[in-house]
Amino acid sequence: MLVSVYRYNPETDDAPYMQDIHIDIPGGKDIMVLDLLQLLKEKDPSMTFRRSCREGVCGSDGMNMNGKNGLACITALSQVVEKDKLVLRPLPGLPVIRDLVVDMTQFYKQYEKVKPFLINDTPPPAIERLQTPEDRAELDGLYECILCACCSTACPSFWWNPDKFIGPSGLLQAYRFLADTRDTARDERLSELDDPFSVFRCHGIMNCVNVCPKGLNPTKAIGKIRNMLLQRAT
Amino acid sequence: MVTSITSFGRSGLYDWMMQRVTAVVLMAYTLFMIGYLLFSSDLSYASWSSLFQNTAMRIFTLLAILSLVAHAWIGLWSVSTDYIKKTSIRFAFQSVCGLLAFIYVVWGIQILWGV
Ligand code: SF4
Ligand code: SF4
Ligand code: FES
Repeated sequence: MLVSVYRYNPETDDAPYMQDIHIDIPGGKDIMVLDLLQLLKEKDPSMTFRRSCREGVCGSDGMNMNGKNGLACITALSQVVEKDKLVLRPLPGLPVIRDLVVDMTQFYKQYEKVKPFLINDTPPPAIERLQTPEDRAELDGLYECILCACCSTACPSFWWNPDKFIGPSGLLQAYRFLADTRDTARDERLSELDDPFSVFRCHGIMNCVNVCPKGLNPTKAIGKIRNMLLQRAT
Repeated sequence: MVTSITSFGRSGLYDWMMQRVTAVVLMAYTLFMIGYLLFSSDLSYASWSSLFQNTAMRIFTLLAILSLVAHAWIGLWSVSTDYIKKTSIRFAFQSVCGLLAFIYVVWGIQILWGV
């Protein structure tokens, strides 16, 4: 099969380029894209990409495979290869450090903005802050996010305003704490979000939902934040 | 919080709400116009001008014009802050949009009360 990989080494290359590599998959097996990259790296050790858990848990190997963002370690060739060809690019919209590795600073800055930790200024109880099973269930579909950035880098609004729009991933986390009954900073959190960019740059295109490897729904969470803002203001 | 002095209401929620409310007004006006054009038995200069003599119609039309201007401002403001990166050009574009909006409002009022 033919693999076309985005290559860029700022120390030696003037500009990024696509490198075409023909490779035969041993035994013709249906391997994961990450395994394929490993094969490519054996041939050419300069091939650079991130990975850690290789089982869809750590979120380090988000990349663009034949035009769609996803985690290379849990995406089988059979899911993405078209006409025996696979195009691999780094996540779109973020600065490239080298080959498939992007600089995630902007993404983490947005994450930091939503204060992704529990705030509770009441005195802590002796053992722990309890929640009813129903209240706990509110966090399902939110806490599972692994911050892989597949969603935010698929979102046009994040491409145009990565410094002002929090992006689907950060907003999913913002809602994760807004929805937590143990958190007492709901009002302050909402005040931080009530500007024309942070939340309201979302135009409901749902690219984020389309790519999330964990099957989460940032658009729905964003809608809930919007309703909270609306309820608070009316 | 991200601040922004050129947006319509300076609050994302307010702009969002305005965009929806003005859309409803424009929808109502459009439907009314389509209905009028389709179902009025006598479409003549006299009937058209007497329609706009009616104060209620003038108020409705003015409301539609103001809604259109607000709707267009919020929309174009979004587009310009997405695609125009250079502040000076973006501000120039927004100024032209604002000026045009103002001209259309005044012109619209003049037409409305001129008939
Ligand atoms: S739904 Fe919103 S957050 Fe998701 S991709 Fe679209 S604009 Fe971005
Ligand atoms: S919401 Fe999904 S795509 Fe976005 S960062 Fe979290 S796990 Fe990744
Ligand atoms: S390597 Fe950890 S998610 Fe793919």
